[in-house]
Amino acid sequence: MAGKTLYDKLWDAHLVTERDDGSALIYIDRQIIHEVTSPQAFEGLRLAGRQPWRVGANFATLDHNVPTTPFSNASEIVDDTSRIQVQTLEDNTRSFGIREFGIGDVRQGIVHVMAPEQGAVLPGMTVVCGDSHTSTNGALGCLAHGIGTSEVEHVLATQCLVAKKMKNMQVRVEGDLGPGVTAKDVVLHIIGVIGTAGGNGHALEFAGSAIESLSMEGRMTICNMSIEAGARAGMVAVDDKTIAYCEGRPFAPTGEQWDQAVAYWRTLRSDDDAVFDTLVEIDAAEIQPQVSWGTSPEMVLPVGATLPDPDSETDAVKRSGMVRAYEYMGLTPGMKISDIHVDRVFIGSCTNSRIEDLRAAAEVARGRKKSDSVKQVLVVPGSGLVKRQAEEEGLDKIFLAAGFEWREPGCSMCLAMNPDRLLPGEHCASTSNRNFEGRQGNGGRTHLVSPAMAAAAAVAGHFVDIRRFAEEA
Amino acid sequence: MDKFTTLDGLVAPLDRANVDTDQIIPKQFLKSIKRTGFGPNLFDEWRYLDEGQPGRDNSQRPLNTDFVLNQPRYQGAQILLTRRNFGCGSSREHAPWALLDYGFRAIIAPSFADIFFNNCFKNGVLPIVLPEAVIDALFDEVEQTEGYTLNVDLAGQYVQRPNGERTAFEVDPFRKHCLLNGLDDIGLTLQDADAIHAYEAARQKKEPWVFVE
Ligand code: SF4
Repeated sequence: MAGKTLYDKLWDAHLVTERDDGSALIYIDRQIIHEVTSPQAFEGLRLAGRQPWRVGANFATLDHNVPTTPFSNASEIVDDTSRIQVQTLEDNTRSFGIREFGIGDVRQGIVHVMAPEQGAVLPGMTVVCGDSHTSTNGALGCLAHGIGTSEVEHVLATQCLVAKKMKNMQVRVEGDLGPGVTAKDVVLHIIGVIGTAGGNGHALEFAGSAIESLSMEGRMTICNMSIEAGARAGMVAVDDKTIAYCEGRPFAPTGEQWDQAVAYWRTLRSDDDAVFDTLVEIDAAEIQPQVSWGTSPEMVLPVGATLPDPDSETDAVKRSGMVRAYEYMGLTPGMKISDIHVDRVFIGSCTNSRIEDLRAAAEVARGRKKSDSVKQVLVVPGSGLVKRQAEEEGLDKIFLAAGFEWREPGCSMCLAMNPDRLLPGEHCASTSNRNFEGRQGNGGRTHLVSPAMAAAAAVAGHFVDIRRFAEEA
Repeated sequence: MDKFTTLDGLVAPLDRANVDTDQIIPKQFLKSIKRTGFGPNLFDEWRYLDEGQPGRDNSQRPLNTDFVLNQPRYQGAQILLTRRNFGCGSSREHAPWALLDYGFRAIIAPSFADIFFNNCFKNGVLPIVLPEAVIDALFDEVEQTEGYTLNVDLAGQYVQRPNGERTAFEVDPFRKHCLLNGLDDIGLTLQDADAIHAYEAARQKKEPWVFVE
């Protein structure tokens, strides 16, 4: 019999019961909650007169709607609907007794940054959140994926999900990454190869020497964008780095339980003879710094490329998508990526707002200035703790000296639910994960890049190859 | 949840692939704390010429008359015909809420994004996967025939064209059962409460650190 994949192991360990019709009940260890996708779930609980099954399994924080300028109370949020949503979460967590890292708490931040940082999420767990980038947590060797609001209510009420086993997919990236090539470039490259529907129906495991060489932050960046590759869940096997990352986190076990946990966690990897339904192999040496040019994350190219000609695309559906993307982005086929000028730069989001990301951006910004043609460069740390750490390292000073803005934690311009947004027609070098039409503001044009590439674009005023930028400057 | 059994509905064609949830319902409308009222802002950025805001009177806004749902012949459509990877992007359940609130009960596409697909079933909206060739033919027929309707039969698992031709579709038995009967699946899961308690007791021994309070 073939061995088990990491996903098989996680699935088996959480199976409560299987039903005749092929569906199963899966036990959920952690639910992370934010203000946008939870109000209707709490309302449903109330209407049915139900209580949370296990209150301690839930961790709540605020991220999507919060302003990134300093404020100390929800009542200061100017936008009525944002304020009501934030206050609704506060009311709900209070009345149901759920732990919340709220406004003014240094632990407050983007759900997917806060959870691993607190040790709220640990290897071997099942983790859900009403947010598709929950896959980020899979970097710790757990099964983590987004759910809809009805399921948020279902998990609150039952601590379980009705699920069907997904297929197994592994993406192996072997070899050494070149200089200037980051986790973000790796995942953008993967999406460029397999497409935004490539992982549909699969649990995606990232493996291979290039993935192993990444830090935990880098692995989180990769797992984060599993959903842009079509897969609900992405994961990486547990190794020494995973264990070192978890040690000493506030909600991680200690003493004897720690030893017990580590012994178990070390088994959380795909067996050598495990069989995957789909296997994709990628040569790390081929990956270059990436820039997305269109309105789908699969419309992505190496920074040195020229924009593709829709006429040479044989698939009619893809071709019409490209034509529409050109129209929306205000770009023309044959143009060089390095000729795209940027109006704003956004460094942040659950993809790239951890300390390592800010260090990479600061490295580029150090001793330089943003281009006069760039209207704004926002640097938004993923959590209050990331912000504090960055300030201890003096990164805020470097950004401010370069003319960048240093903000409070939150989702910010990743999706522009708060006041940070693009104006129609503006091009943005963004370290976030989605370049959909209007994502960063109505009519805004997003280009997905790594933190170093974003900072370099801020300095140059247009996209530049970070490898050459370092040599030249 | 509303039951879904059969549907005889007008079909509207949305000829785009990779329609994402930001397109289905833009983020500014996610600030609502309700499940209803999203219909007027379905596909907001395509339907209107200006930028929509929650709480605005949508009937006063300038319409994009080029957008397919604004064409008189598709008013009252209950079935949306579209292209591959429909519903990609975020997990927002506001997307099926908006489609339902607008009046769509079934969506036909060659493929759907996973979370969106799942969310539809929770809200009495039936996502139907049909082969690309059938979809191509349906697009042609819908565009050529004003008032084109399809008959969807969930119990029989088929879509019937006006000429009587039927195409079968797959549906997960559990989801089908819930949809046909309009069942609340929390209630169903709670019938297994003993199994959940037993599972927790066993896990607590093996991985006590999971059970922090
Ligand atoms: S940072 Fe962006 S992608 Fe991440 S949770 Fe916030 S809005 Fe979603």
